[in-house]
Amino acid sequence: MNKKLATMALSALMVAGPAMAELVIPDLSYRTGPYAAGGIPFSDGYNDYFTLLNERDGGIGGEPIRVVECETGYNTEKGVECYESTKGEGALVYQPLSTGITYQLIPKVTADGIPLHTMGYGRTSAANGKVFSNVFNYPANYWNGASGAINYLLSENGGDLTGKKIALVYHNSAYGKEPIRTLETLAEKHGYELTLLPVDHPGQEQKSQWLQIRREKPDYVVMWGWGVMNQVAVQEAANIRFPMENFIGVWWSGAEFDVEPAGDKATGYKALTFTGLGDDYPVYDDLKKHVVDTGKAAGAGDQLGAVQYNRGLYAAMLASEAIKTAQEMHGVTNITPAMMRDGMEALEITNAKMDALGMAGFGPEFSVSCENHGGPGLVGVVQWDASTGTWNKIQDFMPTDAEVIGTLIAEDSAAYAAENNIEQRCE
Amino acid sequence: MFYREAGDFKTSYTADSQTFPIKFDRYRYYAVLAVAFGIIPFIINDYWANALLLPFLIYAIAAIGLNILVGYCGQVSLGTGGFMAVGAYACYKLMTAFPDVSMFIHVILAGGITAIVGVLFGLPSLRIKGFYLAVATLAAQFFLVWLFNRVPWFYNYSASGQINSPERDVFGIVITGPNASAWATYLFCLIFLTLCAILARNLTRGTTGRKWMAIRDMDIAAEIIGVNPLKAKLTAFAVSSFFVGIAGALFFSVYLGAVEVGEVFGIQKSFLVLFMVIIGGLGSIFGSFAGAAFLVLLPVVLKVVGVDVLGWPTDIVAHLQLVIVGALIVMFLILEPHGLAQLWRVAKEKLRLWPFPH
Repeated sequence: MNKKLATMALSALMVAGPAMAELVIPDLSYRTGPYAAGGIPFSDGYNDYFTLLNERDGGIGGEPIRVVECETGYNTEKGVECYESTKGEGALVYQPLSTGITYQLIPKVTADGIPLHTMGYGRTSAANGKVFSNVFNYPANYWNGASGAINYLLSENGGDLTGKKIALVYHNSAYGKEPIRTLETLAEKHGYELTLLPVDHPGQEQKSQWLQIRREKPDYVVMWGWGVMNQVAVQEAANIRFPMENFIGVWWSGAEFDVEPAGDKATGYKALTFTGLGDDYPVYDDLKKHVVDTGKAAGAGDQLGAVQYNRGLYAAMLASEAIKTAQEMHGVTNITPAMMRDGMEALEITNAKMDALGMAGFGPEFSVSCENHGGPGLVGVVQWDASTGTWNKIQDFMPTDAEVIGTLIAEDSAAYAAENNIEQRCE
Repeated sequence: MFYREAGDFKTSYTADSQTFPIKFDRYRYYAVLAVAFGIIPFIINDYWANALLLPFLIYAIAAIGLNILVGYCGQVSLGTGGFMAVGAYACYKLMTAFPDVSMFIHVILAGGITAIVGVLFGLPSLRIKGFYLAVATLAAQFFLVWLFNRVPWFYNYSASGQINSPERDVFGIVITGPNASAWATYLFCLIFLTLCAILARNLTRGTTGRKWMAIRDMDIAAEIIGVNPLKAKLTAFAVSSFFVGIAGALFFSVYLGAVEVGEVFGIQKSFLVLFMVIIGGLGSIFGSFAGAAFLVLLPVVLKVVGVDVLGWPTDIVAHLQLVIVGALIVMFLILEPHGLAQLWRVAKEKLRLWPFPH
């Protein structure tokens, strides 16, 4: 009886006692709704990496990590609710995996002094650190993606796209509209003809778009899709017998679940990428040992090695490396969001670092600076093979058209700065 | 005992025809106003404002607007989302074109512009009724969303097609943008809600409201006794759209700050506001408040209980939320088809006799 009382008192103390120093990472995930197919593996990867650090290394620099998950359903109103409910807990960095929510959060995080990492999504011009002090979108952004796709097509066509017809099938939202400006500028530069085909949320209805493609017979189709839209598009492309090798999706349209429903007909479909593929990395041995086998994996624990799981893993790795950098810079282990921002701005990812983490070659080498929050923008291309059920890398990480993108980023961020009276930093 | 007319003497017609003729009711109303204006602004924080109170206040304005059209005038509308979008985009264009003008004026002008658009789309209501009118307003919903997506002028040619609310103020107090403090945004919306509710309440008690209700109950009979259906229906559309436009403007500028028309003002928003009106009670101002509170607060409460208190996985809670809210809606409609407002009316009747029912 006494023992029971003592344990009860102790556990009450532990609950009521002062909050232990810990690193709080909110995970604004979406495991429900039409975009859950992409949201679940990403969130699982994000969670599992932090669980691994807790289990194997006891956190980062001796500080345990606490991931606070909040379901947004890819909905901006719920995203705002999640942001407000988690920011009070000392949230270090936000990773909403939604361009719509990113647009909501950019002014809010800047006012609250919390960094926002939009890895490969969000507002592209946030790469300009002079204007966007708290927003980071390394290692690659949508305009790198658009340029990467065009560069790949150029290499297929011997450097000349004159007179070719390219159709962009895109999610009719801030996300899908993001590459249009770059593709239009590149169309002037390389002389191809661009057709825009918007698909409305959630993207199940694409008959008319593909009918138009069938009629106009573009040489290539580029897609900016997410969630259920990808599966429908690949299926529709197969239905009209569009040659799959001429169909390229952005990195958010290049996961297993996007192509599997179309079966063998999806073979040849291409997608861009900025992360490594599969589970052939030493870090996976640790994940299996410390996270999966101990039953601590997030979600159902069946997503390991999936494309979007790897992205979540990669995002968590970048966040934890930024925490390490911040801890070294400021000489304290229990960092604040402001220190985290400094750490992200000084982040340097080298091959040696990735080797040590068991993720050699998982992403490109890059370093972030005050001016450049966007990283190098290296883009690779992968191709789906339905017979083996794998994505195969057909082009390594390659640079994109920095000249065109740089001009566009400067223009767009200058417009944002003028609209919001932001003074340029880094001078 | 608490709630009775006995002993509440009136000596003038004005006193007799006031909004809340029963003393207890009136004091309760003053108490609510005192708490809302005098206490909450001092204890509010960002979470309470942005997650609970702002959406509740704004949806309440939209629900009052739709209630005037559907509940009082009997014209079914599925275009609320589209009209909210008109308010939001009108407010955005005004905010960016005239940065020095007070937000107060922008929001009211945005409501006015929405009223004009609402009247335009209300014109078919003179010829068509019921389900057919619902389909016509549905067309307005899709047309307006398509328009704001399609014409770059509306979003000032921004690359993403989004509109972002810049920082604007009222008498030097920042109301929009990320630096606005919780109490300021809350009070700003609360003032609009109070004004709208008082206006709506008095309109529905007066000639205009009686004409609307006559049209709702039987339009031919109303026409015979001298109600002009053209005027009655179009004023209902105008007033309703005015409120909905104000709600849309506040929703964009104060609450969200950045809006993507297809996602925020899509068809699901029209249904959400319609559900608020139906669950709250058709033809009742109080019902609009109750419906908005029910559909805004319940999901958040369920989330807090499920995730933060019980520690369940977020996806299970999100699914349960749909199940519970859906089941409650069905239950309410079966047990009390006239909505939460009717429950409140019944409660008042009971309170009158309490503790000695005959």
